[in-house]
Amino acid sequence: MKFSLGKYLLPTYVFLTFLFLGIPIAYTFVFSFNDSIKSNIIWRGFTFDNWLNVCNQQDVCDAFANSLIIAVSATLIATVLGTMIAIALVRYKFKFRSATNLLLFLPLATPEVVMGAGLAAQFLDFGWPKGMLTVIIAHTMFTLSFVVVTVKARVATLDPALEEAGRDLYANPAQVFMKITFPLLLPGILAAAMLAFALSFDDFIITQFNSGSIDTFPKFVYTAAARGIPPEANVIGSMVFIVAIAIVVTVQVRSSIKQRKLAKK
Amino acid sequence: MSIDFGAGGKDLELVGLRKEFPGFVAVENLDLKVPAGQFFALLGPSGCGKTTTLRMIAGLENPTSGKILIGGKDVIDLKPHERPVNTVFQNYALFPHMSVIENVAFGLRQRKVDDPMVKAQAALDMVELGHMAERRPAQLSGGQQQRVALARALVNRPALLLLDEPLGALDLKLRRQMQIELKYIQMEVGLTFLHVTHDQEEAMDMADIVAVMNKGQIEQMGAPEKLYDRPKTAFVAKFLGQSNIFVGEVSETNSEAVSINFKGNKITAPVARSEKTTGKIAIGVRPEKTQFHATKPEATSTNNVLGPGEITDIRFTGVSNQYLIDIPEIGEIIVFAQNVGKSPVVELGAQVWVSWQVEHSFGLADLPTGKEDA
Ligand SMILES: Nc1ncnc2c1ncn2[C@@H]1O[C@H](COP(=O)(O)OP(=O)(O)OP(=O)(O)O)[C@@H](O)[C@H]1O
Ligand SMILES: [Mg+2]
Repeated sequence: MKFSLGKYLLPTYVFLTFLFLGIPIAYTFVFSFNDSIKSNIIWRGFTFDNWLNVCNQQDVCDAFANSLIIAVSATLIATVLGTMIAIALVRYKFKFRSATNLLLFLPLATPEVVMGAGLAAQFLDFGWPKGMLTVIIAHTMFTLSFVVVTVKARVATLDPALEEAGRDLYANPAQVFMKITFPLLLPGILAAAMLAFALSFDDFIITQFNSGSIDTFPKFVYTAAARGIPPEANVIGSMVFIVAIAIVVTVQVRSSIKQRKLAKK
Repeated sequence: MSIDFGAGGKDLELVGLRKEFPGFVAVENLDLKVPAGQFFALLGPSGCGKTTTLRMIAGLENPTSGKILIGGKDVIDLKPHERPVNTVFQNYALFPHMSVIENVAFGLRQRKVDDPMVKAQAALDMVELGHMAERRPAQLSGGQQQRVALARALVNRPALLLLDEPLGALDLKLRRQMQIELKYIQMEVGLTFLHVTHDQEEAMDMADIVAVMNKGQIEQMGAPEKLYDRPKTAFVAKFLGQSNIFVGEVSETNSEAVSINFKGNKITAPVARSEKTTGKIAIGVRPEKTQFHATKPEATSTNNVLGPGEITDIRFTGVSNQYLIDIPEIGEIIVFAQNVGKSPVVELGAQVWVSWQVEHSFGLADLPTGKEDA
């Protein structure tokens, strides 16, 4: 008898994996339409109310806004700093270069609890009140390593001869960076920024240690989980998911259209 | 041509230029002078320091010591973008995120030249890629990319154009065509070209001056026909075309000629064409200056005769036939004969004598090491 492992087992396995991954997301999405009263655990009927009045439950929206502000700020700072560090690490030889490389890996390897607690102790030491600023600093710190690692990979593939050609064609160092280096690194920088944003947006542990009374979206969901998450949280979760998927699909479609266009020429 | 021609070329002078990489000397005490508006070819084996020399002139590499003068002005302290120099890079270095025409217009835009796109298009037309202006470099073949690199540098009409094997990836027909085009532009605009190449035929065809470089130094420099006719070192004699070289102690010498004893045979060269006239020296002759004979020719004071030997290989290359003649005790001699249909016995294994006029011999300054062919 011929039984092909690849023919049945593999597709079944893949199907089960996606099912396993998809169920919680589907659950979140479906229950964002639940006409709940107090807790959002039992299905009580379909409604658009939660979607139309997301900010009815004021604290959900506030927490979401805080998360956005923190993630955007941390992403911006970490991406700019991280890109510069990545270029320096690949292109220039300086004292303590390998030490810097090692230090940048530490946050990736350190358990978040340890890092969160360490940062909290540090801020206490400085006498800085916990709040938005300390969270942004903490997030910048731990996303920075991810940015450096991501952008570094891109810088490593960038042929220095291209920048030399730019210099040879009358571009000064600043113009070479703006017209050649930066555009060529852009895909890597964007990927790094998206990663940093995602990491910061859903971070719970480090935030918990350093945010004081400021509520972020993950923090809110965590505390709310004890007494039943409000459906507005499901709405926001679903929205984030949809936006993320939309971005990925757009990028894919755009690049495939471009490919086809070029192929036609 | 519709491209705005620049102010013409400037002269280039390198004085004692030297480049050391950690533990390695890539360029050693290079002295050379390229007069304005000249086509200068730098010829040499792989790894001899040609690219390094060009990079120092372009400002992309700092010399360890020495001076670089362009138009009489020392440019050592100028950054690459401040030098009136453009380079056609050996590996093209086209900007992958720009279209072909944007690549070509890059230098013009940097200098805020009028109508950059029109001029870029004209330059692309010149290299026969006008119809591919909107493509990305990645969508071009190697040879097409090379022509874009050429257009991108040439369109700027720099006082000095550095070409690092700019035609290496082209097929023979396109190569010849681009050579003619390059030479035309160079003469028309009066630009100074410093052209690096592996192709000795290309160097001889196009250049006003050829310099042969070896191990970071210039071995010999001069007009192509002169370099070919009178190579001064064994390296030049072997690298630029082919040579038969004979080594022996000087046996006779007078004011006119110097003779050596080559394994019992007398080989003579004019004193005026010899670098050395005492001790152990090498005398050479080009294969096309030699003839072979079915009967022993009479040895006179104006010719050299060797033989008899056996024809061990014949190659028909079109315009000429190349014969390899193995003479016992002496070794192999290469003879080129014009393919005009009146050669004597030309069969493999035939017994022949080889002769040439004394006036065609040249005496070298050094002895062959046996590695020149490598
Ligand atoms: N950055 C560098 N560090 C160390 N050595 C180098 C460096 N660049 C070049 N070299 C060495 O210097 C020598 C000359 O190199 P160069 O590139 O000038 O050769 P080339 O004459 O252009 O050869 P080719 O004809 O193969 O292009 C080579 O032996 C090379 O290994
Ligand atoms: Mg080279």
